[in-house]
Amino acid sequence: MAIKRGVSLYSFQNETFQGKMNLEDCIRTCAEMGANGIEVIGEQTFWGWPEVGVEDAAIENWHQLIAKYDCVAVSHDFMLDYKRYKGREMPFDEQVASVRKDIDFAARLGMKYIRALVSIAPEVLVAAAPYAEEKGIKILIEVHAPLHFDHPWIIRHAEAFEKTGSNALGFLPDMGMFLHALPQVWKEKFLRVGVPKPIADYIEKAYADRVLSEYVILNVQQMGGVGPAIAMAETLRHNAAFEPKRMLDYMPRIHNIHGKFYEMTAGPNAGEYVEPSIPYDEIVAVLQQGGYDGYICSEYEGNRWIEDAMEPDSVEQVRRQQVMLATLLGEPAPQLLNAA
Amino acid sequence: MMDNKMIIEGSLANVTENGAVTGFSFLGRLPYYRGLGLSMVEDIAVEVDGEAMPRETVRFTVRGKTYTLDEMETVYDDRWNFGEKAQISVVKAGGLGDGTHKVSFAVRMRVSYLPFVPTTKDTKDLALAA
Repeated sequence: MAIKRGVSLYSFQNETFQGKMNLEDCIRTCAEMGANGIEVIGEQTFWGWPEVGVEDAAIENWHQLIAKYDCVAVSHDFMLDYKRYKGREMPFDEQVASVRKDIDFAARLGMKYIRALVSIAPEVLVAAAPYAEEKGIKILIEVHAPLHFDHPWIIRHAEAFEKTGSNALGFLPDMGMFLHALPQVWKEKFLRVGVPKPIADYIEKAYADRVLSEYVILNVQQMGGVGPAIAMAETLRHNAAFEPKRMLDYMPRIHNIHGKFYEMTAGPNAGEYVEPSIPYDEIVAVLQQGGYDGYICSEYEGNRWIEDAMEPDSVEQVRRQQVMLATLLGEPAPQLLNAA
Repeated sequence: MMDNKMIIEGSLANVTENGAVTGFSFLGRLPYYRGLGLSMVEDIAVEVDGEAMPRETVRFTVRGKTYTLDEMETVYDDRWNFGEKAQISVVKAGGLGDGTHKVSFAVRMRVSYLPFVPTTKDTKDLALAA
């Protein structure tokens, strides 16, 4: 089985927020790119979820669209708002019940997986695992920067998962943790909000040199940086160039991938595209080495970095990433070149 | 995120009840990539022409249901959906005068997974609809 291409509809949030694209537009767009795996954040795509609930008609519409465009329902990303109550954390049993509710919702949508946010405690997921097994759904915790596969919090999850022996627990790595260069869209945004160019250049270089974030922050302070300059330096606290090969130890429990990207730019040859800050060639090679055969779902997150200056073109950005992925996966991709 | 898309252009209007102008309202969206249960909307701050409106005068309306900000803190069965245009109204006798007003709209959210409490603000010059 080969690696498959998909899209998280998170990618189109700028358009869907404004009502410029509806669910059918999103799914059709993905299908036209040959990215037939569809991932959603349940409460972004379905109004009402979870507090109010979602009517059967909306679920039926989802299934009709998935069938119409020959797509596959991959993952429902749930949130679990354990801070729902002001001043007190949601009790453990209620958190587990909440996860079970999201498992039911995923089952209604025909999903294979649900995505758990990385801050959720392993005990909660372990307690929900038997119900997930019953429903034929896997709970995948999203390993997302600044966390990574060697972080003690993730190791705790891994150990808890192994102890259960359950195959309903796993990981969903977000490729943003392999941020090998500071994205240009970040730098440009910080320049727009007033970071002096010499400081922005220094931070970019320090990131490339893999300097410890705390040193960079101190140096920026000593260069006279304040406000947005410090904020730019602090992005190094939350991002790092971890190694894609660290996924190899966890391959049996990795079932979905967030193809995070910030900006797809033109590659060396006509019709080629690259994400200059995330090494997708290396990532795909590692996943193939590990025998991964799930989806890589595009997750465009450059939108929030450029929206102050221009209207994001999320569809074109996702199209470019899909062209890149198709090429890296050795797929013929003629239809992609003319799509969108 | 979505900062500059929070306030809906052209939505500023005075509110009239029983023939008297009792306040003003505009349409606003949650600056977030998903919706949020109302109990997690910690604050909505409205400023007009540099003047902060008192918290207790702010009302939030979605799908025909209106809440004060204090009431919202314990609402667990309703949401501000992704991209949903809520009516934000302010009780202010006489409402706003004719012409253009600088309206600021800030939302503070309690987001379980974030290691900080985000406040996002949009400011727009809005002409009062006739």
